[in-house]
Amino acid sequence: MAGAAPEHGLDPGAADWVARLDVRARDRESAVRELQALLLRAARREVARRAAGTGLSGRELDDIATQAADDATCAVLAKVDMFRGESSFTTWAYRFVVLEVSNKVGRHFWRHPRAELTDEDWSRLPDAFGTSPPLVAELRDLSRAVRRAVEDDLTEHQRGVFQDAVLRGIPLDALALRHDTTRNALYKTLFDARRKIRARLVANGHLGDERSEEVRP
Amino acid sequence: MSEWPELDAFLTTDPADVGCDEAMRILHVYVELVARGDDAGARYPGVASHLRQCGPCGEDFEGLLALVADPPIESAATRLRKKIRGRR
Repeated sequence: MAGAAPEHGLDPGAADWVARLDVRARDRESAVRELQALLLRAARREVARRAAGTGLSGRELDDIATQAADDATCAVLAKVDMFRGESSFTTWAYRFVVLEVSNKVGRHFWRHPRAELTDEDWSRLPDAFGTSPPLVAELRDLSRAVRRAVEDDLTEHQRGVFQDAVLRGIPLDALALRHDTTRNALYKTLFDARRKIRARLVANGHLGDERSEEVRP
Repeated sequence: MSEWPELDAFLTTDPADVGCDEAMRILHVYVELVARGDDAGARYPGVASHLRQCGPCGEDFEGLLALVADPPIESAATRLRKKIRGRR
């Protein structure tokens, strides 16, 4: 995988930010305030964009935006020396905001714990993929085949992550907090689980044979 | 055609998929390519593949793209500094 574009000098806007955020800059304090205010506006926009899917509202959303902006500001200040001008400075800085909002929304997920998975929860499988109700009855055999693959072919960890992420619909960021791991590690677990389930369904003739291989994150 | 295309798509894995860490590492670069109308997927196929398959990273991509496409209003101080810089 090729890396990002090489550095070709900073654009004037980025150079201005980098110079003013330098620890030796005379107006660093005002630059930090300006950055924090900009990232707070970005965080509020991002939180509002995600609000519908979170079940959060009002004060909680504003708290998340404030915390995300504060943490993103700290991240930018800690890493500003590493900024290479591969994008505009603000796009680079907004990335920290978006990642912080993701993380904080994941934390709030656990304020509304889900019920334990029961036998009937497997009937949610078509729902998890947005399958239209008229097709659900026709897909019963395939649903059962997926369940058998999950129970027989996955490791205990893979099975747990599959059930939480797919059947219960728990976001990966929230799961990562519960498992004290990262989104990337859980994605890898889910990736391997998907590959194994598919292999079983292909072997049993439930799906067509298309090659799928292991990810190398 | 698969009996259950949504399931088939979910279970299909792409060996080019770079995973979350790499996709998030260059998300700002990728998003600017997309915002400019460049073929970001051709330049970073592994990232494109990942963003299609990973819901949370896809959500982060959408969020950053929205901020780049319609940036938050800058402060008066920032606007003034840009204006002064433009006159030099």
